[in-house]
Amino acid sequence: MVTFPDEKLVYERPEALADVSTHYCPGCTHGVAHRLVAEVIDELAIREKTILVASVGCSVFSYNYLDVDACEAAHGRAAAMATGIKRVNPDNVVFTYQGDGDLASIGIAETIHAAARGENLTIIFLNNAIYGMTGGQMAPTSLIGQKTSSSPFGRDEHLAGYPLRIVELLAELDGTVYSVRRSLHDARHIIQAKKAIKIAFEAQLMGLGLSIVELLSTCPTNWHMTPTEACDWVRDAMIPYYPLGDYKVAPELMTKTNRKHSANGGAR
Amino acid sequence: MASGRIIINEERCKGCGLCLEACPPGVIKVADHINSMGYRPATFYDPEFLCTGCALCAIVCPDAGITVFRNKPMARQKVIMEVA
Amino acid sequence: MVKQLLKGNVAFAEAAVRAGCEAYFGYPITPQTELLEHMSRRMVELDRVFLQAESEVAAVNMVYGAAVAGSRVMTSSSSPGISLMQEGFSYMAASDIPAVVIDIMRGGPGLGNIQPTQGDYNQVTKSAGHGDFHPIVLAPATVQEAIDHTVLAFELAQKYRTLVFVLADGAIGQMMEPAELPPMRDLPTERPDWSLTGADGRDHNVITSINLGALNLENYNLHLQRKLREIKLAGETRFEAVHLEDADYAIVAFGTAARASVTAVKMLREAGIKIGLLRPITLWPFPEKELLELAEQVKGILVVEMNAGQMLHDVREAAAAKAPVKFYGRMGGYIPLPADIADEVNKMIADLAGINVEGSNGHLS
Repeated sequence: MVTFPDEKLVYERPEALADVSTHYCPGCTHGVAHRLVAEVIDELAIREKTILVASVGCSVFSYNYLDVDACEAAHGRAAAMATGIKRVNPDNVVFTYQGDGDLASIGIAETIHAAARGENLTIIFLNNAIYGMTGGQMAPTSLIGQKTSSSPFGRDEHLAGYPLRIVELLAELDGTVYSVRRSLHDARHIIQAKKAIKIAFEAQLMGLGLSIVELLSTCPTNWHMTPTEACDWVRDAMIPYYPLGDYKVAPELMTKTNRKHSANGGAR
Repeated sequence: MASGRIIINEERCKGCGLCLEACPPGVIKVADHINSMGYRPATFYDPEFLCTGCALCAIVCPDAGITVFRNKPMARQKVIMEVA
Repeated sequence: MVKQLLKGNVAFAEAAVRAGCEAYFGYPITPQTELLEHMSRRMVELDRVFLQAESEVAAVNMVYGAAVAGSRVMTSSSSPGISLMQEGFSYMAASDIPAVVIDIMRGGPGLGNIQPTQGDYNQVTKSAGHGDFHPIVLAPATVQEAIDHTVLAFELAQKYRTLVFVLADGAIGQMMEPAELPPMRDLPTERPDWSLTGADGRDHNVITSINLGALNLENYNLHLQRKLREIKLAGETRFEAVHLEDADYAIVAFGTAARASVTAVKMLREAGIKIGLLRPITLWPFPEKELLELAEQVKGILVVEMNAGQMLHDVREAAAAKAPVKFYGRMGGYIPLPADIADEVNKMIADLAGINVEGSNGHLS
């Protein structure tokens, strides 16, 4: 590409992100999350030792987009598979990338126990309150009243109970060292999300325990919205139920965050 | 005065429109043509040199399709002096 | 080396340690828990990886992870736990990676009981989870074989990059017999080049089990079928023949059922009946050729199992109707007694003398 002598490059796509078109829908924030993870991998210079455990959901082919060693776990089992890898290859940086069905439904036991054991792993958790890949069914994180293809009258708490707040849950466990929620609905929040992702990987490099970043994400297709409307829905409907904030920050990580640890979430 | 510019990778663009929304001076538009995937890509249209190289478009782009440049401060200063 | 009095489960575990097992993930379940407990001490003593997982589901996926990371890894369980692990087995089979699984069978179906049976034969030999595959399955009948087969399992797993099961009933896991352990092997110093170790100076390795598109998946399945064929052609089939050279009748049995059958054979020989035993040691690959030859030689075959008739069907198929194949089985954890087996043989001989019809004479009460 042409560059002029008096200008500098401010942003280009990260190297750890494969230069291919993704299969994600237009406006899907999986693309943003992948990009942020790739940027962090570049900045921490850990590409050569990172191993991704991909999960089952829309992001099933994440290993085609992130240029690191990778494997595919069975649905829900990424935290267990990552445990196996990290225990035998402790010098590798091992992270999982999971959606809300994979992590919070079928995989909830493996997720909780990896955190309880304080496995030195990083979990990137995409919460878009729906099952995307299979066509828009209700997820454990779908909101009360939310219409999905398997809750056509809107989620009824008497029938289907209440949505799970994962990072609050995992923050209760001693093995969790970093448990935070961010959002990808606009540029400001994306910048904050990237900082959290970086701290989560640094927590692993410091050998502290389990770190998880929950990223409120969009699913324009299954929410039946435009990408912009979907971002607004995250801001207006999801954040009130899933407050952004730091639910657990280990003391060793305090200097890296520029906000104090807030017990009640400290939504911004 | 011109202080930034972007290059949009049309073949990666899926026409989601998030960059249009994010751009403060509104110098990104939807193109009239379609790309090989059938989407109308975003296109940089900045006749008044309003782009500041803030990179908010690149930050929201789910397809990492935008490259951002910013003029170096000395050069920007030089341009202002020359025009003024 | 000196023989020691060893419990089966402990023998399995210690043999794995000496064979170079680098990682063990498991969950307590009777009647194999002593295996997990022995590993919890030995693997930690030797600074290797041990973890009691939160469930068999988690354990098998930890095995999957450790295997894609290139380490020599094992798990063990019993029938209900093996059912839980089947998803993981299928995924591993579709990833061309080595792993060893020890199944100490108990009474089923369902929660069943903790007595010994051979009820997992179909589940473990016909596939390992959904899809078209066969793990290699070794079936020890003694504590010494438990040791030898575990060592062999690690070798075969690495050689073919496949799943290898060691399948034993609960009696073998629980019994104590004198046996010799092998010397300790060194652990490998490097991981295989296909494994996930970090893409340092090479393209990234990706290990998945997904193959979209019918052509892609059929090609992958053809590759797996070719691998299975290679295993057969390489002569990995193993069996034991007892008193078969001049036999007019034969018993076919594996594991503990075979031990009881050997005594029955001795009893019947003393009574003047020319009978022998064919004991498959690899349940997959199954000794089809030997069975066909046997069926051409003898007048009748009695299959003895601790289930409702599972290996029976493999024997029938291999025998290709050259000889009548009858069945005697006990379920619920009963071990067939030599005297009862001998009675069934006599019944079979009488039946065949009366009417020469092939059919099952299973013990179904």
